[in-house]
Amino acid sequence: MKGARWMTLGATLVLLPLVPGLNSDFVRSMLSQMGIAAIFALSFNMLLGQTGLLSFGHAVYFGLGGYIAIHGMRLINQGLPVPMPLVPAFGAAGGLVFGILFGAVTTKRAGTVFAMITLGLGELIVAASLMLTRFFGGEEGITANRTRGPHPFGLTFGPQLEVYYIIAAWLFLSVALMYAFTRTPLGRMCNAVRDNPERAEFIGYNPQRVRFITFAVSAMFAGIAGGLHAINYEIVAAEALGAARSGAVLLMAFIGGIGSFGGPILGAVVITWLQVSLSEWSTAWQLYLGLFFVIMVLFAPGGLTSLIQLHLPLIRARRLHRLLPSYLIAAVPALVMTMGAVFLLEINYRLATKPELGTRTTFASIPVDMASPWPWLMGLGILGVGLYGFRRSWPRVADAWTAVAEPTEPR
Amino acid sequence: MMIARLLWTILIAPLMVTLVAVPAAAQGTVKIAYIDPLSGGAASAGILGQKHFNYFADKVNAAGGVNGQKLEIVAFDNKVSPEESLIILKKVIGDGIRYVAQGNGSLVAHALTDAVLKHNERNPGKEVLYLNYAAVDPALTNEKCNFWHFRFDADADMKMEALTNYIAQQKSIKRIYLINQDYSFGKAVAAAARTMLAKKRPDIEIVGDELHPLQKVTDFSPYVAKIKASSADAVITGNWSNDMLLLIKAGKDAGLKVDWYTYYAGALGAPTAIGKDGIGHVKQVTEWHKNALPEADPDQIAYEKRFTGKEDDFSYWRIKTMFEMLVMAMKNAKSNDPVKVARALEGLKYKTALGEVEMRADNHQLLQPLLISTMSDKAKYDVEHTGLGFVTNGKVDAKDTATLTTCKMERPK
Amino acid sequence: MLELIVFSLLNGMVYGLLLFMLSSGLTLIFSMMGVLNFAHASMFMLGAYFSYQIGKVIGFWPALVLAPLLVGLIGAAVERYGLRHVHRHGHVPELLFTFGLAFLIEEVVVMGWGRNPIENRVPSALDFPLFTLFATSYPAYKGFMMLVSVGMFVALYVALKRTRIGLIIQAALTHPQTVAMLGHNVPQVFMRVFAAGTALAALAGVIGGFALLTAPNMAAALGPIVFVVVVVGGLGSLPGALIASMAIGIIQTFAVALDVSTIDLLRHVGLRVASDSVFREAASIKIAQAAPMIPYLLLVLMLIFRPRGLMGTRET
Repeated sequence: MKGARWMTLGATLVLLPLVPGLNSDFVRSMLSQMGIAAIFALSFNMLLGQTGLLSFGHAVYFGLGGYIAIHGMRLINQGLPVPMPLVPAFGAAGGLVFGILFGAVTTKRAGTVFAMITLGLGELIVAASLMLTRFFGGEEGITANRTRGPHPFGLTFGPQLEVYYIIAAWLFLSVALMYAFTRTPLGRMCNAVRDNPERAEFIGYNPQRVRFITFAVSAMFAGIAGGLHAINYEIVAAEALGAARSGAVLLMAFIGGIGSFGGPILGAVVITWLQVSLSEWSTAWQLYLGLFFVIMVLFAPGGLTSLIQLHLPLIRARRLHRLLPSYLIAAVPALVMTMGAVFLLEINYRLATKPELGTRTTFASIPVDMASPWPWLMGLGILGVGLYGFRRSWPRVADAWTAVAEPTEPR
Repeated sequence: MMIARLLWTILIAPLMVTLVAVPAAAQGTVKIAYIDPLSGGAASAGILGQKHFNYFADKVNAAGGVNGQKLEIVAFDNKVSPEESLIILKKVIGDGIRYVAQGNGSLVAHALTDAVLKHNERNPGKEVLYLNYAAVDPALTNEKCNFWHFRFDADADMKMEALTNYIAQQKSIKRIYLINQDYSFGKAVAAAARTMLAKKRPDIEIVGDELHPLQKVTDFSPYVAKIKASSADAVITGNWSNDMLLLIKAGKDAGLKVDWYTYYAGALGAPTAIGKDGIGHVKQVTEWHKNALPEADPDQIAYEKRFTGKEDDFSYWRIKTMFEMLVMAMKNAKSNDPVKVARALEGLKYKTALGEVEMRADNHQLLQPLLISTMSDKAKYDVEHTGLGFVTNGKVDAKDTATLTTCKMERPK
Repeated sequence: MLELIVFSLLNGMVYGLLLFMLSSGLTLIFSMMGVLNFAHASMFMLGAYFSYQIGKVIGFWPALVLAPLLVGLIGAAVERYGLRHVHRHGHVPELLFTFGLAFLIEEVVVMGWGRNPIENRVPSALDFPLFTLFATSYPAYKGFMMLVSVGMFVALYVALKRTRIGLIIQAALTHPQTVAMLGHNVPQVFMRVFAAGTALAALAGVIGGFALLTAPNMAAALGPIVFVVVVVGGLGSLPGALIASMAIGIIQTFAVALDVSTIDLLRHVGLRVASDSVFREAASIKIAQAAPMIPYLLLVLMLIFRPRGLMGTRET
């Protein structure tokens, strides 16, 4: 069973960029981004989901690993006989070293104090990186060339497809290793330390030691992601370490679901897709992302995987179809409500950020004049109707759940 | 069970295909990607540039486009971040866009020129051209020059030559303070000021050489206090956008009495910030200002009719030159293909209202006249609705602005 | 030299007091709920924008009162419908909620006022030099900022220590269940404290808005430093927040004035650093360049050696 899962994962990774419709450089680039984000988010979840350590500065290890990797790439450009696919190992080494160095200091405490230390340390490293220009390259960052080095099997590593396979290989390796980690005694103790550190101490384990080791290992994997980032973009600059990236990985892990192993992968895929594709459709996409995040926190703090896991028992009992009617009934007003909200937000956004383009525009090919009150009133009306209908449909969904959750007869 | 799982995973692919929005490359338009800050501290610069781009693209299209195709400007927000710009570049290339324009921040320009060169080397037939309208680190047309990069703004050294020639004639200046942003461009400005002043006026003392973080300082009063303590007569700065306006605002608040020798104090909020205190004291070196010609340029009038806000001044004369030369190169090449256009663009000479300009073939740097101007309340055309404008004090002809270059670029066969 | 010191001190004090205005509300909320309110600096930003908008219609002085009130109401709503709901899921979702809220508020501000910094001018009543010392003038609005911050500190201190509601709040900080059993509506007390904290942040925004640039990224620029102040000063301690913010404000301002690097210091002692040594670059960093790093260094050191902060009464 487990072997089948790994094989499917491997097969998907290998075949995905070859599917017609997905075989453009643009999509392969997006898949590469998703792969890097997935490793990064998984490493972050080693801290948050498994050990209960909320870090606001995890990008430090991603970035430092990336910088070491790109300096390694530069050495390869100058003649070091190491093939490019091994560059993330430099990143891993960098992440590990700094994870040990800084982890010794940061893991002394847990909880909110830990979160604050990581925040402060993150800002500190960013500020320091702009001062030590020889290693960090200042504002410009450090660049390298991934095609100048040994070319095993004639691969130059220029095309995006080859870069994707490097990332996919490291992704498979990292997922396997991180999964294996959760099955080791240390991995189990992480969970114990998360749930009840006092009790863990009573059994004889030092919670601080557990946190420290996990921190270092997590930093190592973050460094791998940083190394892949260096290969993919051939540049590492101060943003790789920054607060925005630390925030992004937090978003990914949380939205995916910190309670399960695969949650962060799902979160990484979804958020990367939103970042790449949604920005094509709407300039207000960050607002949508923010709303999505806040709604998740309020109503589904277990993330997307918790929502999926809610339905898994029903799928196994083959009862999912009983929920579908009520879901559909709830979906209609939900859709109406969303459309009303999106409409209002879009025209408002356009008015605020591009006033010189005038007040006439089209929304989904419908002409709209934003100077008159009609579009606003209509938008509010649609939103209101949708909201009302949605609220009214909710009891139906609740009833359907109660009905479907009756105990199954033995089969 | 396993088959069900396999089926589910296989279904992901078509799902992704439908969800992935890949805009089709529209036939019949030449898209130019505009990659500049549209949010954050430098947003005012990026947004202003975008308006100029939109205006000139529309102007070209109204005249029928070029080689049967219309121009389309597609704007992207890079937040002055090199990494973000490269992510955008990948996207832009994936969308089939072959022209990339950028200006604000040499740090971004370094990353872009590198990435464009790598992409073009690895993907013959899909080359991308990089039009740089404002990133003026001299390295971009020297050590880092390449065939695909064209710069339409005089570089920091060229501007400093003009500025220091003017300063050399101001006998009253004895002490100069340098303050710049801490990145490649700011450092280049400081270095150029030092070497050129040492040659032209060795008697002038450099009483301060400050580098402050880029687009991060919100309160410049500590820096102004240092300038005051040094008793400087004049300040030389390459600061732009918020860094310029906040610096000059702090100077005004503290009653700092110096002459400001700047690259960018004529726009993006700085004139409004200093107001009347700047009359006779704020100087800039630019390729144009509103009073450079006796009468307003028709594009200036039409642009300001369309964009009427006070932060919408027509300022980027070089974008006008860039579009006109680009169109001419496309017509000369009888094609909109970037490689052919690039060959037509290098060495191109063009006549503007201010004089003849030339795109150097050896390093792809545009040679255009440079003007030194001072803020005045007697100018015919004002900036930012302040009632204050700039008046020319000195002019350098295009060919006299040329500097030596170390550029050795590889040309495509 | 004296002029530099005097004005650096004055500028540092103003910056420090601005930080205090921002952090006073945060330290109260932090100690009350044990939750980092990431959206606190966003409330500051809302205060600046609201006062700009209200000021355009009615004038600055009514805006000074109305904008904080408006933001306080928003804060109360956030607590009642957001935080309270999320509280039962634990600390992490609470933190994430405020984090998401900060993100959301920034986008809403862009939607309302665009991405460009807005023209938030000093009201003409305050736009004159307060005094001129050594030929440098000190603007009146900075003096006004100092006045409001000090007034805020005094009012807060008196309210907490000398009034009945202040005593209830202090008790609810450490023993919420006991206070509830005594018949007080503790959730409502929390909501009021949260609202008051955000209103204070908004007041800081009204005034800080024209000293700094009013732009959508002003929250992200000031946010981390405010956390430093709160943690270094000690959770739940107003005097600690005041001392920490003044210290950070003055140290950062003075640091900019010091063009001294480690190499210079070593040279005084007679040691030289070789020009090709690995440490040369790090050692030649001037204190002025390192100024942005100082608050975070303080934070990390404080958390390692004294997590209670300077005057905190408890760890989290």
